[in-house]
Amino acid sequence: MATEITPGKAYGFFTDTSVCIGCKACEVACKEWNQLPEKEDELGFLGQSLDNTGELNGSTWRHVKFIDNVPDATMSEGNGKAFLLMSDVCKHCQHASCMDVCPTGAIIRTEFDTVFIQEDVCNGCRNCIAACPYDVIDVNEEKNVAQKCTLCYDRLQGGMEPACAKVCPTDSIQFGPLDELKTRARKRRDQLHKQGLAEANLYGDTDEVYGGLNAFFLLMDKPESYNLPNAANAVLPQRNNLGGYLGIFATAVLGLFGAVIARRQRNRDGGEAHGPSEGERA
Amino acid sequence: MTSIAEAQHFAGAPDWTWYILVYFFVAGLAGGCYFLATFLRYWGTSADEPAARLGFYVPLPATAIGALMLTLDLNQPLRFWHMLLNTTPDEFGPNFNTTTPMSIGVWALVVGSVFALVAFLDALASDGRIRHPLAGRLTALLRGSAGRTFHVVGAALYVFIAGYTGVLLAVSNQPVWSDTWALGGLFLASGLSGSAALLLLLISRYRRDAEPSRGFLELGERVFAALELLLLLVLVLTLIDDGTLDEAFGLPWIPLWLLALAGMLPGLSGLAASRLRVTSGGTLVAERTAALVAAPALVLVGVLALRAAVIFSAQA
Repeated sequence: MATEITPGKAYGFFTDTSVCIGCKACEVACKEWNQLPEKEDELGFLGQSLDNTGELNGSTWRHVKFIDNVPDATMSEGNGKAFLLMSDVCKHCQHASCMDVCPTGAIIRTEFDTVFIQEDVCNGCRNCIAACPYDVIDVNEEKNVAQKCTLCYDRLQGGMEPACAKVCPTDSIQFGPLDELKTRARKRRDQLHKQGLAEANLYGDTDEVYGGLNAFFLLMDKPESYNLPNAANAVLPQRNNLGGYLGIFATAVLGLFGAVIARRQRNRDGGEAHGPSEGERA
Repeated sequence: MTSIAEAQHFAGAPDWTWYILVYFFVAGLAGGCYFLATFLRYWGTSADEPAARLGFYVPLPATAIGALMLTLDLNQPLRFWHMLLNTTPDEFGPNFNTTTPMSIGVWALVVGSVFALVAFLDALASDGRIRHPLAGRLTALLRGSAGRTFHVVGAALYVFIAGYTGVLLAVSNQPVWSDTWALGGLFLASGLSGSAALLLLLISRYRRDAEPSRGFLELGERVFAALELLLLLVLVLTLIDDGTLDEAFGLPWIPLWLLALAGMLPGLSGLAASRLRVTSGGTLVAERTAALVAAPALVLVGVLALRAAVIFSAQA
């Protein structure tokens, strides 16, 4: 049944990596709907693994990660492992690092509670690229501004679910109201635990990670294995504002002190020039 | 600084390269020169006035070059003004995002450039290079406590401009940059030391009447270099704590760090700059004329190398 999409309500993705088969239909659908080009400097085929896309960037807003997870030891029958698969995407963080540092106001939160970059406002300073802890944002080489997944903002406005979720053949990518998705995700995690897959864990369903992620995941290993910062490392760039500014202030005070010492030393060495200072003249 | 022993970094590099390096370099010199010029004029002696004027000439062209570099670095240079005005429909108005030093820094540059322009015109008028009545009125206006207040505010603003560039890097999720709080102070200290060196260089080349200030600038450079070394040590300690020391001080960057350290040597050792002594005329001169140009030039190369090492190592 199609999801009814209402402005003012929070929507997102629940990506269940345990059922991802790495077909990349999501990548294709995303590229097609959003008319995203191939990166100019890519041949389009990395040839290093089944993962030929390599990364999320300004023209790739969905990327199926193939993470080598082949164990060193021989596994028992039925317990073999090969890859951790994960269809990666912008996490649409509640406390978004990119929004935190955007100096132009180009990055906004939409009426669907998603994070969106206005391409006609962005001037390409790339501060958001340095801030995004997930390496999601990059410059789109055609438009020459920062770009990322919009959670198909235009489709949502038209009452349609995002293209990637629409085409996912295994329902690894599920779209819907955030509260419903979270209930569904926790049920699925508990089910996997009952099946003995204790490693199954949810990432971003609570406010531990950037206040909660509108695109959250069921992972089959610890977050770091998927290049996702764990809860302890999910920190905002603004954490360094206070320390940095205090550092400048302390250095300025010491610098002033240093200048006073230099003047005193110069005068003591006999170099005091004659005549009153400008301030004294005044 | 995060308290996490080994920070995880998965952020991508913003590709801030040569334009940003040049901007950081000139921002440091603009800040340091405004500070030193203000100090020399109001807390020095009358013989320091030529050096003060020399210092007041630097911030305006440095700011202009820096603003040009910042604009050229944008992917959409014609939208540079989006930093100042929000063009989001229904939200038109000034942009001021206090959580990012980039926004604060842009405004500091805009306001600072007014101070730099006034200081530049004042120096020109005081040197008799412009003789317009308005220039004379400006110079008269800047004498006394009004001028002192004006330049102290300008110096504070430019000290911020010299240092915020480091905070800008730290307020990110990049390895190295976000693992320390020392970059702002380090860039400021290096800017002060580089500015003292720049003024020494300019005195040797263009402004012999500023020779009486040479002693102060050489001594100042030593103190600032010591401060810079101290903050470099803090940088190393904070990076050790976060486990990103190898990334910053990896093999490709060693020559840059060595160059940065070499730039501190003239100040720290005082050997290349030579000892100070008093001439019969009562002014301070250096004993070895060769060092008059070589040592300050080395300091300036060090200032550039320090920023290059910080900027490039984190984005490799």
